[in-house]
Amino acid sequence: MHPAPSVIFFTSFSGLGFGMLMWLGSGLPLLWGLEAFVYFFVAYALSVGGLLSSVFHLGNPKNGLKAFSQWRTSWLSREGICAVLSLLVMGLYGIGLIFLEENWFLLGYVGSVLSFGTVFTTSMIYMQLKTVPRWNMLWTPVLFMVLSWGGGALLVGDENLSLFLLLLGGCVQVVAWLRGDKRFSEVGVSLESATGLGSRGRVRMFESPHTGTNYLLKEMVYKVGRKHARKLRVMGLLLLSVFPVLLLWFLGEYDWVVWFSVILHVLGLLTVRWLFFAEAEHVVGVYYGKR
Amino acid sequence: MTLLPEKVDKKLGLVIDLDTCVGCHACVVACKGWNTENYGSALSDKDAYGGDPVGTFLNRVHSYEVEPPLGASQTVHFPKSCLHCEDAPCVTVCPTGASYKREEDGIVLVNEDACIGCGLCAWACPYGARELDGVSGVMKKCTLCVDRIYNENLAEEDRVPACVRTCPAGARHFGDLGDEESDVSKLVRERGGMDLMPEMGTKPVNKYLPLRSRDEGLGVPALEEVASEPTGFMRWLDKVLEKV
Amino acid sequence: MKEPYVELSPEVSEEVRQTTCYMCACRCGIDVHMKDGKVAYIEGNRSHPVNKGVLCAKGSAGVMQVNSPSRLRSPLRRVGERGRGEFEEISWEEALSEVTDRLLKIRREAPERLAFFTGRDQSQSFTSYWAQEFGTPNYAAHGGFCSVNMATAGIYTMGGAFWEFGQPDFERTKYLMLFGVAEDHDSNPIKMGLGKMKGRGAKVVGVNPVRTGYNAIADEWIGITPGSDGLFIMSLIYELLRSGKVDTDYLSCYTNAPFLLEGGDGERSGLFLRDGDGKPLVMDRVSGKLVAFDGKGVRPDLRGDGKHETVFGKLVETYLSDCYAPEKVSERCGVPVETICRIASELAHVAFEESIELPIAWTDFRGEHHEVMLGRPVSFHAMRGISAHGNGFQTCRALHILQILLGSVEVPGGFRFKPPYPKPAEIHPKPHSDCHVNCPLDGPHLGFVMGPEDLALKIDGRAARIDKAFTWENPLSSHGLMHMVISNAYAGDPYKIDTLFFYMANMAWNSSMDTGGVMEKLTAKDDEGNYVIPYIVYSDAYASEMVAYADIVLPDTTYLERHDCISLLDRPISEPDGAADAIRGPVVDAGRDVRGFQSVLCDLGHRLGLGGFVTEDGEAKYKDYADYIVHHERKPGIGPLSGYRGEDGSLSGRGGVNEDQLDRYKEGGGFFVSPIEAGSSFYKPWNMSYQDWAVGMGFYEKPSPYVFQLYVEPLRKFQLAAEGYGEIQPPDHLRDSLKSRMTPFPEWYESTDEDDDYPLHALTQRPMAMYHSWGSQNAWLRQIHGMNPLYVPLRVWREHGFEEGDWAKVTSRHGEITVPVALHRGLNGHTVWTWNAIGKRRGAWGLGEGSPESTKGFLLNHLIDDLLPLKDGERVSNSDPVTGQAAWFDLKVRLEKVSPRKSSEPVFEELKSPVGVGPKVVSFKVGR
Repeated sequence: MHPAPSVIFFTSFSGLGFGMLMWLGSGLPLLWGLEAFVYFFVAYALSVGGLLSSVFHLGNPKNGLKAFSQWRTSWLSREGICAVLSLLVMGLYGIGLIFLEENWFLLGYVGSVLSFGTVFTTSMIYMQLKTVPRWNMLWTPVLFMVLSWGGGALLVGDENLSLFLLLLGGCVQVVAWLRGDKRFSEVGVSLESATGLGSRGRVRMFESPHTGTNYLLKEMVYKVGRKHARKLRVMGLLLLSVFPVLLLWFLGEYDWVVWFSVILHVLGLLTVRWLFFAEAEHVVGVYYGKR
Repeated sequence: MTLLPEKVDKKLGLVIDLDTCVGCHACVVACKGWNTENYGSALSDKDAYGGDPVGTFLNRVHSYEVEPPLGASQTVHFPKSCLHCEDAPCVTVCPTGASYKREEDGIVLVNEDACIGCGLCAWACPYGARELDGVSGVMKKCTLCVDRIYNENLAEEDRVPACVRTCPAGARHFGDLGDEESDVSKLVRERGGMDLMPEMGTKPVNKYLPLRSRDEGLGVPALEEVASEPTGFMRWLDKVLEKV
Repeated sequence: MKEPYVELSPEVSEEVRQTTCYMCACRCGIDVHMKDGKVAYIEGNRSHPVNKGVLCAKGSAGVMQVNSPSRLRSPLRRVGERGRGEFEEISWEEALSEVTDRLLKIRREAPERLAFFTGRDQSQSFTSYWAQEFGTPNYAAHGGFCSVNMATAGIYTMGGAFWEFGQPDFERTKYLMLFGVAEDHDSNPIKMGLGKMKGRGAKVVGVNPVRTGYNAIADEWIGITPGSDGLFIMSLIYELLRSGKVDTDYLSCYTNAPFLLEGGDGERSGLFLRDGDGKPLVMDRVSGKLVAFDGKGVRPDLRGDGKHETVFGKLVETYLSDCYAPEKVSERCGVPVETICRIASELAHVAFEESIELPIAWTDFRGEHHEVMLGRPVSFHAMRGISAHGNGFQTCRALHILQILLGSVEVPGGFRFKPPYPKPAEIHPKPHSDCHVNCPLDGPHLGFVMGPEDLALKIDGRAARIDKAFTWENPLSSHGLMHMVISNAYAGDPYKIDTLFFYMANMAWNSSMDTGGVMEKLTAKDDEGNYVIPYIVYSDAYASEMVAYADIVLPDTTYLERHDCISLLDRPISEPDGAADAIRGPVVDAGRDVRGFQSVLCDLGHRLGLGGFVTEDGEAKYKDYADYIVHHERKPGIGPLSGYRGEDGSLSGRGGVNEDQLDRYKEGGGFFVSPIEAGSSFYKPWNMSYQDWAVGMGFYEKPSPYVFQLYVEPLRKFQLAAEGYGEIQPPDHLRDSLKSRMTPFPEWYESTDEDDDYPLHALTQRPMAMYHSWGSQNAWLRQIHGMNPLYVPLRVWREHGFEEGDWAKVTSRHGEITVPVALHRGLNGHTVWTWNAIGKRRGAWGLGEGSPESTKGFLLNHLIDDLLPLKDGERVSNSDPVTGQAAWFDLKVRLEKVSPRKSSEPVFEELKSPVGVGPKVVSFKVGR
């Protein structure tokens, strides 16, 4: 799949933002006044920024409001609803904490669940796609959620929690890669099945329907070199999990360490999210002999 | 809207004969022409005369080679457009309800007035049947020429999709695959019509007719010599004339 | 939930205008849907005889042709050096006066100094008429580099050829063999026919080195090695003769098989034994006497009279020679022995064991009445793959002999002619080249020679024509040799000319052999700094590569902006069951300062005072081409269009002028069909009811039945001349070639030298969605074919260690190119191929920078020399020695893997576009 910056930023930053909101809603930590404002501001900047970034992925955003209508079948619609509801609920909750010195903890819990739901529904947008076998597995939502919790915990400054969750996130990421690598062959899609010609023999692409490119090839057929991917995986894992965990473990007492870890983690997150898209192969590629 | 209808009245679709398709791309361009002028926005072409032209097409013809275990490689032309699946994943993923499957005939359409161009339906489709138009920003797909097949401004015989009407070799057939007695259903039965990527579970309505046998003899007796030894033209001719 | 509203019955168009497609030479009927006076959508015309409603990719893409950015806009005069594309726009008056002054002078001094050649012209009966009136002998269209072998072999052998002149009986045939057919003139009818055959489960066999297109859907593919089709066919003939599976009745009645041959050594050796009236004699089985072959009630005996050999006897002797045994030919053909034997047995089985009968009575030319029409349901179709070789004429002839031996020509289930064919070679015109100042030529330029006396030679024996057509080099060059014009004009061989006048022929690119050399010849200067070819006038509708080489450009209209006629005098659109012709009418206004080329010729004809183009008082005879179409009469009552003739439009075929003719055509869908009755629909060359109908239609003046020429006597006459008989003698250096190539029965010979340095055959074929160069300017079609790799078979692919994305240097005896390669498994192991004319020169066709056509696209033409290696110091063209057909497919090459390039090579200097570059985005709906 084409690793479009818009979707990479969207999933990464909204994941972090809603991860933060989830912790903030459940009172971990419970903050007040200006401090609450700063944390809520960061969380909103990330989640709303991420959501806005996704708008750049739309070809025709003027019909955007209609995207809330199809919650009965569409994970994307559900995600939109969850995102808006959680922002509203957490907004109210935040107003209580910042301006009114009120902790409407019930509202906070609801907002926390909605934020969790937002990340979950986001992940389900990818998980549901049978056409992208690498995404179409349980580990996709697990990965999204663990990374969201971990990143959120890091951002709200909970060193212990984030240390644990980032370690866990790193492990889940490794599992997701290893499992994901096998998914395409597990699903069994091949040019033989795609054309129905398999009973006659091996099938190979002779001529593409067009000598240039098209939307499908640009959007869904992205080739990343195996060696290149391996390097990026190592780098991504180090930044996402290994370095922050080591820093937090050994130098957790220093304030700068948290901020530095945040930077490393975000870079790592962007890297693995780039890989999440770039390494994902859409089954349509087989029709173009690109597998 | 993006709930698939529980039951459709008809299953209109195409039956594509891979044994007959010569790969001429006539269907591709007839489709481009009709659908540029009709349903929804025009099918655009970016960098139309430049180094990297990218246009929207709703139907494309691939060419494959099949290598049988014995014998020569076989060339197969493979037209592909929306298969109007019964379990169309492109419909259920749509957040706005723009993508829908019609209850009356099973045609899968995009309501461009509701489409946000998120591209998720194209991601959900295993067949590459949907293309986001680079200019209008909305998702384009085969409409099975819904604006032809019921069009009262067209003669009865022309109420078929543009690709079917234009196909010179007659490799494309249109009809109700839900009606066991329809010509297309009979063709599918007789010729062993097949689904593409059955493992995707989409239950496509469009069917593909496989290649008939290739590179096999008729099984007629070998020719026999008229005159066993060369005895000149007259002897040969006598023999021939005796035989005729 | 409620579904959104969908407009199910939108207005399709405000108006439908019916005309004829010109996106290729197939000439389908089209319905052009108009909105707001603009072309909105094009589809096939259901009632049209050619395409019956279907339409190919090119046809539907016609919308983008009228919107093409490469359309020329105004007459142009060259301002820079030739070949750069630097022009100034001038008025039509300026352009036409300049051309008129030049041509007047030529006509006054030496008319042959004008060479007027039209390329993919569909108005040849008109353009040739113009040239004839001008008086230059130097006229032809593009047949010489297209498929003249097919046409000439067909007409000399059986009075008609494939494509627009005949087709398989798709309704009834049970077995069809395609030889060397990629995409064809007859593109949609072939596709429709193959579809019908598939529907019935009939067998299609594709004989072609390349398994694509029609050969992909063929039930059996025979991946023959190029150049050996004749050998394969002769081996099939060997097998059929060996087993006696030939139609002796058919041969005795309808062919020259029973004709008696003069024996001995003399000047008549091998000619037909004739009676006092010059009629060939046969032995009559009824009377036991030697009689004229066509007498009433005669039953010719294949055995002959015991004293003279019959044609059939000689044929059997020729083809039962061991050299045609399957074991002997298998290796060269690349076809297993078992396959050759099996195909022969299948042909015999279907022809003789599965014969069909139609209950239709008919009477033949000997007066014999037949109750039924017997059919041999095997059929054949062939195209450039077999004809564009130096042995193509004899290969095509061999195929016709195979058809005739099986008794499958003009019978149900076999091959059928389309009117005005059948028509034997003798009643076609002969070539004319006698030219005098200020005089029309003495007759039509092109024709069919019957012996050395018909050659176009000057008194001193030198070629009368600039292309050296109808000379000893290529005696039967019925379509001329357009591919030699520039080369000969440059060399001053046979003489110098002043003006080259080309129409629709991209000679500076894909329509020439040795493209780079041609560009040099067009721009070469002599010692005084003058161009060697002094003046070039070119007419085209689009900014093709050739435009840049013209001194004056006369911009033509596109096919939707003009009148045209697809005439029975020319290349008709008839079907086997009816004669048909058609028109084009302007569907839209050009809106540019352009004029239809034929109308411009009418104007020039008037300005030059050409007899056929001025009235007695010196006025223009024809206002424009439409006026000519309606009013011109070739003979009294015979005009360009056969329909709606006579004052009230009630006559067809023959009839006076009808002022409303074009309107009547338009009302009738743009075409006219004169159906043939069932009783006349088969056995046409011998069927008297057909013959009478043909006379009524004006195809000829009296019934002209004839028999098929297995043995072509005119060829023998050329051999006799080469042997030293007769007054007109060939130059010595051509004697051997004439003896061995002009055999009256086709004999196979190798048309390329075996050369281990160049082990691979290199071919091109036309993609179905693109017609030569015209499609590249089409925003839709160029996305389908924007570049072309060189396809390489698996054996060669592995040998060179190629991988996807690799490039290769391709070298021939003549040149080298560097191009991308791709694997093709369905390919003869000794052959490489590519799509024809996708490659474009930078700056041409209104294409922008980096267009894949100019970076990855390429031409094989650079590798093909227009001359054969010098023999005895003589310039001999790279053409079939019989007909002059350009031997494109004799090319042999070798490959060498090279590092990937940014651009295919050679790269030529970018042309300055006279029309700029097309828009970045195309996205519009007409009428919104």
